[in-house]
Amino acid sequence: MTVDRRTALKAMAGVGAAAAAGSAVSLEAREKRVAPPDALGMLYDATRCIGCKACVVACKDANNMPTDWDPQRLYDYPTDLNGKTKNIIKLYKEGETVSYVKRQCMHCIDPGCVGACMIGALQKRDHGVVTWDGDRCIGCRYCQIACPYEIPKFEWDKAVPKIVKCELCKDRKDKPFNPACCEVCPRQAVVFGKYSDLLEDAKRRLADAPDLYEPKIFGEHDGGGTQVLYLSKAGVPFEALGFPNLGEKPVPETAQKIQHGVYQGFITPAVLYVILGAVIWRNRKGQSAEEAKP
Amino acid sequence: MSAHLEATPVGGPILTRPFKWLLAVFGVGVLLLAWRFLAGLGATTALNDGYAWGIWIAFDVVTGTALGCGGYAVAILVYILNKGVYHPLVRPAILTSALGYSMAGFAIVVDVGRYWWIYRIPMRFWQWNLNSALLEVALCVMAYVIVLWLELSPAFMEKWKVEAPLPILKSLSTALHPVINKLMIFIVALGLLLPTMHQSSLGTVMLLAGHKLHALWNTPFIPLLFLISVIAMGYAVVVLEGSLASHFFKRERETEMLGRLSGVMVVVLSLYLVLRFADLIWRGALGAAFTSGWMSVFFWIETALSVAPLVMLASKAGRLDPVVQFRAALFMLLGGTLYRFNSYLIGFDPGEGISYFPSVPEMFITFGIVALEIMLYIVIVKRFPILAGAPKKA
Repeated sequence: MTVDRRTALKAMAGVGAAAAAGSAVSLEAREKRVAPPDALGMLYDATRCIGCKACVVACKDANNMPTDWDPQRLYDYPTDLNGKTKNIIKLYKEGETVSYVKRQCMHCIDPGCVGACMIGALQKRDHGVVTWDGDRCIGCRYCQIACPYEIPKFEWDKAVPKIVKCELCKDRKDKPFNPACCEVCPRQAVVFGKYSDLLEDAKRRLADAPDLYEPKIFGEHDGGGTQVLYLSKAGVPFEALGFPNLGEKPVPETAQKIQHGVYQGFITPAVLYVILGAVIWRNRKGQSAEEAKP
Repeated sequence: MSAHLEATPVGGPILTRPFKWLLAVFGVGVLLLAWRFLAGLGATTALNDGYAWGIWIAFDVVTGTALGCGGYAVAILVYILNKGVYHPLVRPAILTSALGYSMAGFAIVVDVGRYWWIYRIPMRFWQWNLNSALLEVALCVMAYVIVLWLELSPAFMEKWKVEAPLPILKSLSTALHPVINKLMIFIVALGLLLPTMHQSSLGTVMLLAGHKLHALWNTPFIPLLFLISVIAMGYAVVVLEGSLASHFFKRERETEMLGRLSGVMVVVLSLYLVLRFADLIWRGALGAAFTSGWMSVFFWIETALSVAPLVMLASKAGRLDPVVQFRAALFMLLGGTLYRFNSYLIGFDPGEGISYFPSVPEMFITFGIVALEIMLYIVIVKRFPILAGAPKKA
């Protein structure tokens, strides 16, 4: 049996075109996402935080979170965000320079976890808050791979586990969307409110006392922007506080451009299927004709 | 499809000594699985919030489906490039693919934390997040498992038409065999489309890791690289399987055909390597291959394993030497496997102080799954017409 060169070339061209479409070649434009008009958020100002951790206790209480004991069972003693802890205060100390930093979900404007999640267990719902729906989650943990801030945590110690993350106290009794951490902070180091107001507030603080701060609002543009904004002490860059340097591109952008380029309207796969079917059919016809020969 | 008719069952006893060993390994895996489902993932694995995916994903799923691409790679040759000469390789290749993909699907059930909702992924189409590369992988893999067993079903029907353990199987096989043969063209085309989609998307998946994935592997071309390398791996799997089957079942070895197949693998692998390095140079990431400590070491091991088959198969004498064929295929598979481990685990760095090395139960559950796969392979080729070629003359 000889190879039909023309068929072979056509086939290779077809597969090649599909493969090329699957690569970076056919990136289409992707609309820049903005926070919804009623977006809520938080603003954390490291110059005001005294590291009292009242917010950590209040968060546990408001969200009914279990105790993460220290080895002697004396304290609730989380060493990082984990399946029992949605909010934590960390300490940065280098020589004379000391700063605290509060970590919890950043409520990204264009979140990696939402882009990752297969059937929308993680989604931006009311007020742009990124929330988790146990009715849809299969526990694949792709959100953990996709989050640049390492926020979603998994209940590793449970046979029936959940994903745990800050949801801006959306289910708080009598006070939905009224984050307990902000309520108890004795120094208003963290405040909550409308995202647009907070962004203005942050800009004002920077303008009023430029000597106090690093000249940047983390989250204004980082990774496509976040609804939780941060100000850092002068001399303490955000990298030192554990924030990744993401640039302004949203985390899911590259992957989604590729997915969209290939699968928009499901046209490429459908066309490829028809081409493949036609080539196989043609080849088989040729084959049976040959077989029919004596 | 006359070549299929030449396939015959290998025959012989099932419960041989090696088979009993495999059964023991599988038994250990079953016990550990029970523990995993009762106590949860934390108690049984080394997985953590930083390394949320371990060897069950990097090996069982990502590498497992790549090793299961023999059927795909050979089908491209036979059905698209019209190289009918390779037809005797189709059935054994489809069998290893069907087993590999089924085991990958099983590993996913073991790995996900909330497996009881898995059925909602295909069912709740109105909730699909079409932006998610993982959704596409999940749907395609589920569909492809069905397609592979349909592609293989004539092998079972051919036998059951003549003698079946149940009368119903006999009448069903007699009735369905002509139907499936008529529909086969649509099934085969799907069998070519689905791996093209999900094997590339398996690369896209890791693009969301963003800054956590090292520059040596983090490229917008990762889908294309995954796709091309999986085709080369597919040919290597077929060569390896052909060699092992002829050795263990004492059948004539198709050395010449496997040699030609090795030649095809060289072409695909060369294309992969050219693209791999062109991408590194284009992104200005090649320097990282010398300055990234352990990451550089793993990159060069991966590269050496992938270049080795090219060197070994450069001469015609090499391509026609069964030992060289076997070794080259083995290096190809190791290189492709390391590329996947690098992209999913080794090149993935969630931050300082977080580490992962698979726990003993994780490894033994994987061994158990592989043992089950081999046992099923043995049972099926001994009882059903899969392998072509005559028994070796003494």
